[in-house]
Amino acid sequence: MSGDTVEHKLIVTNPQGFHLRPMAAFAEVANRFQSTINVSKEDKQVNGKSPLELMFLAAEQGSELMIQATGPDAADALKALVDLMAKMSSEEQNSEEPPLPRKG
Amino acid sequence: MRMSDFVVREAIIPDLKAATKEGVIREMVESLKAAGQFKAGDPEDTVKAILKRELLGSTGIGRGVAIPHTKHTSVERLVGTVALSRAGVMFDSLDGEPVHVFVLLVSPQDRPGDHLRALENVSRTLRDDGFVRALRSATTREEIWSLLDESDQQPG
Repeated sequence: MSGDTVEHKLIVTNPQGFHLRPMAAFAEVANRFQSTINVSKEDKQVNGKSPLELMFLAAEQGSELMIQATGPDAADALKALVDLMAKMSSEEQNSEEPPLPRKG
Repeated sequence: MRMSDFVVREAIIPDLKAATKEGVIREMVESLKAAGQFKAGDPEDTVKAILKRELLGSTGIGRGVAIPHTKHTSVERLVGTVALSRAGVMFDSLDGEPVHVFVLLVSPQDRPGDHLRALENVSRTLRDDGFVRALRSATTREEIWSLLDESDQQPG
């Protein structure tokens, strides 16, 4: 049965906030899945597959994000995104920004 | 941080000459320099910093838009500019497509909030495909400025 929605809340830990590099990494991972991915902050909800949309959140350090996945691979998508956010968060502790995968 | 708060009108480039990533960045930084936006001398450091940031991951975020940026001590407040390329420039974008609309941002050190709010406003403006179409058909600095200013007046 498709159309299952799963969600996860997390707090932005990077002192620079949820900035362009993590946004692009997040969108890149989100695009690997069929499910719809939404990210919300307070009353704003955006399409998590688009870095341009994610920029609209302006999520500073300490702000709360809700990641929501809906579709046949929702659980896998959510796990991949939550794991990515945790990984980026712990890498940022070393203050060396991780490189992004590059395309064309 | 509306677009018209940080975009330096005199530095807007309606028709980029450059055809490469580095060329575009240089042309935009030179334009900011000519508009008197750098406190001290040579903005070459700023160009290098922006290019270094690009190596970590392209700011070509897709949909024909790129947002090259850096933090730098050479500016006292967040400044930026907008440039258009008729032909499009290959920028290692996330969707593999050439870029036609560039928004360059140079922030002072340690003001992540301002930077995020600038990105929020860039998004608010450029997520509207109608706006991007209008922007891409603008041919003068005044037209571009007027579109940005009008967009700032729109709610959400």
